[in-house]
Order: sequence, then C-alpha cells, then structure tokens
Amino acid sequence: MTDTILVIWAIARKDLVLEIRNKDVVVAITGFALLVLAIFTFAVDLSQMNAKLIGPGVLWAAIAFAGVTGLNRAFASEIESSTLEALLIAPISRDLIYLGKSLGNFLFITTAQIIVIPTFAVLFNLIVFRWEMVAICMVTAIGFSAVGTLFAAMSVRIRAREVMLPLLFLPVVTPLLMAAVESTSYLVNGGTWGEMASWLQLAIAFDVLFIVISALIFQNILED
Amino acid sequence: MTQTNTIAIKAEAVVKNYGAKAALRSIDLEIPTGGVTILLGSNGAGKSTLLRVFAMLTRIDSGNLTIHGLEMMKEGPSIRANTGAALHAPMLYGDMSVRENLMFSASILRLPRKDTLIYETAEKVGIQDRLEDRVRSLSHGLQKKVSLARAIMHEPSLLLLDEPESGLDGRSVNQLDQIIAGYRSHNRTVVMTTHIIEHGLEIADHAVVLQHGNVILMSNDPITERSAIMNAYASVGAKL
Repeated sequence: MTDTILVIWAIARKDLVLEIRNKDVVVAITGFALLVLAIFTFAVDLSQMNAKLIGPGVLWAAIAFAGVTGLNRAFASEIESSTLEALLIAPISRDLIYLGKSLGNFLFITTAQIIVIPTFAVLFNLIVFRWEMVAICMVTAIGFSAVGTLFAAMSVRIRAREVMLPLLFLPVVTPLLMAAVESTSYLVNGGTWGEMASWLQLAIAFDVLFIVISALIFQNILED
Repeated sequence: MTQTNTIAIKAEAVVKNYGAKAALRSIDLEIPTGGVTILLGSNGAGKSTLLRVFAMLTRIDSGNLTIHGLEMMKEGPSIRANTGAALHAPMLYGDMSVRENLMFSASILRLPRKDTLIYETAEKVGIQDRLEDRVRSLSHGLQKKVSLARAIMHEPSLLLLDEPESGLDGRSVNQLDQIIAGYRSHNRTVVMTTHIIEHGLEIADHAVVLQHGNVILMSNDPITERSAIMNAYASVGAKL
C-alpha cells in the first residue's frame, strides 16, 4: 500500500517539478479563467442581484473551459518527449499512472482556483470565503482531474486534440458543473450545508464513479 | 557463445498492423536466455516494432508472446519488472537533471539505496560528472547514455536496445560493449537492433534478419554463419 502511494506521489511530484520550471499548465488555466471573468465583468451589469444570479455560472464555466486548456498539456508534453513510454515500460500498473497524473492535475486545478476564486470574489463583489466553498472547489477539482486526465490520454494521439478534448470533456462533466454552480449559488445567497448537501452528494458520487471507471479503462487507451 | 536451453522470448505467429500497413507478419521466434541477440534488417523491416512489442509498448493484433515463460497479456507488470529498454527516443524529461530523471525512474521501480545506485549506474555508462546537468543541455550521445543508465539501473534480466551505438563516440561504444559483456557473463539476455552489422556480429550470440515484417534468417552461431547472415542482410536491401 505504501509502495503504491509512493509511486502515485512520484508521478505527481515529477509533474509538479516540471510545472514549477515551465509554468505551462497553471498559467494557462489561471490566465484563461481570469480573462473570462474580466470579460464578464465588463460585459454584464454587475449589480448585487445580477452578480449573485450569474456569478456562480460564470465562475465555473471559466474554470471548466480554462481547465481544458491546461489538461491538454497533461499528456501532450509526455508524448512530445516520448516520456510516456518510459512510464509505460515501468513495472507499475496503468491505473497508478492514471492516479499519479490525476493527482498532478488536481494540484494544478486547485492552484488555479486559489488565484481565480479570490479574483472572482473581488470582481463580482460576492462573499465566497467559507468552508463550504473549499468543499465545492475540492470535489469539483477532483472530478475535473479524474475525467480530464482520462480524456486527455484518449485524445493525445489525435491530431486535432485541442478540439477533441473539450468536445469529450465538457458534456461528461456537465453534472459536476451543475452541482458546482448550484452549490455556489446557495453559498453566495447565504445558504447552509443542508441546502447544498444534495448537490455536493451528486458531485461526490460523480467523482467516485469516474475515478473507478477511468482507472479501469485507462490501461486500454495508452498502447499502440 | 552462450548456449542454454531456456527461452527468454518466445513469439508464435505474432502479427502487428498499423492500419492497412503490416509491421509484423506472423513472426515465429525463440530468443534463448543469456547472451546477445541482434535484430538486423533494412529500414521498415520491423526491428523497432518487434522491440516495442517485447517492451510491451505496442500491443500485438494476434499471436502469442511469452517472456521468461510469462504470458505477455496476463503478466505485464511482472515482465516489465525484469525488462529494461533504451529505445530510439531517449524518453527523458528535458527540464529535469540527469539525477532527477534517474531518481524518478528509481522511485517508480521502487529501488532501494537510490543515491548510491544512481551514482554507480552513472559511473558504468560514464555520466557521473553530468548528474546535475539538465537533460535538455546534453548532446544526443549523452542523452542516449542517460537512457541506457535508466534501462540498466534495476539490473533487468532482459535488456532491449534500439540502435544503442547511434550518437556514441568510440570510447562510449567500448563502455556499451563492456555493459553488454557484463550482461552476458551474468546469463542475462540482451536484444538489440543495429545498423552497424560488423559491430553487431562481433558481440552477438544470435542473429535474426527481418524483411517486411518476416523473419528470413535466424542464426544461433553468427560467427560460423557470418557469410549467410551478410548475404541475407544484403538481400533485404540493407546497406553493408
């Protein structure tokens, strides 16, 4: 068990080291999300009423679209340097590669959220700094990275992967996005844990389902 | 020359197609345990595809393949634990140092005494002075050495090398020969492709000549059968 965790961490840590040096993924996700937020700030009349109504949708749409931009890099860089093959010839099961890459992507998305959400709070003048928001961000980031890592691996050998990944990813994460938007709506309107519980449960169920399914089918999509 | 009865790799009717293009057409092959087997053939003969199949990077369309008696489709992780591969691309992270690359491999291979092991392996291939250099800053030849170090770090019983001499200077080729000789002396198996047939035949215990995805000659005595191998090699259009 410890060995398994160490292997997953070694893969995620390697991605973190490379990201700290290259800043490809986090800059892409953060930059894209901030741009979307900024455009909506100028495009829509952000009265308190409007901000509470449309803010949660704008926030999660921005993070979802930005996430796709970053996830595209998750396997593309491994393919460009042929390093994915070094992982594939290692004596580890493919699901550990999946979990390691997913953990790396989770950390990138979380880092981007740490920058994007305070900016959102300032631009939309909404109070979001509550423990409930931490929970919403965590379950959403887990789901995004679980599904995104799988589809990034599936689309990596496709020539038009930049187009294919959003086409595969966004429809599948729609239930998760709905849960995140609805939970955040309750939150900005002063809702309680109880009110958003059903949406959070949906998000958690989505995460568990897709982590299990993705880990099971991952080994079939990486080989020639 | 090493002679054993044990089979390291057994391929039966192995077929691999890339779309409409056949890369391997019903390959039947037995590679004995211990010693060096060289795969010869012109470009596109199927040498690299065969090595990738042995490395479990390419899935076969049909046929059976066993490595050290283990079925490839069922015993993946166990086979890979005893296999090392340095293929055409160095498979290294350019923005990490040589040490970091080897440390990462040692971590996912769950090897003990990582620091000592990395230094000892680097010394074997002659890169102990370059451990802190970023891989991106190294020449192609040095990257090949790092790739070789990664492949042999866990002392696998099967070592797969795709044109290991390419990009290496004379001294480095000698180091490579010493590593291969060390493998032979420990009754481990080396399977390698090469375009330098003279060098290949000097170090080989077995030779396989491929053409259009078929085995056209298998020799267990390349010294005696040297002229037959050379003729087969020339007949497939490869440049001597």
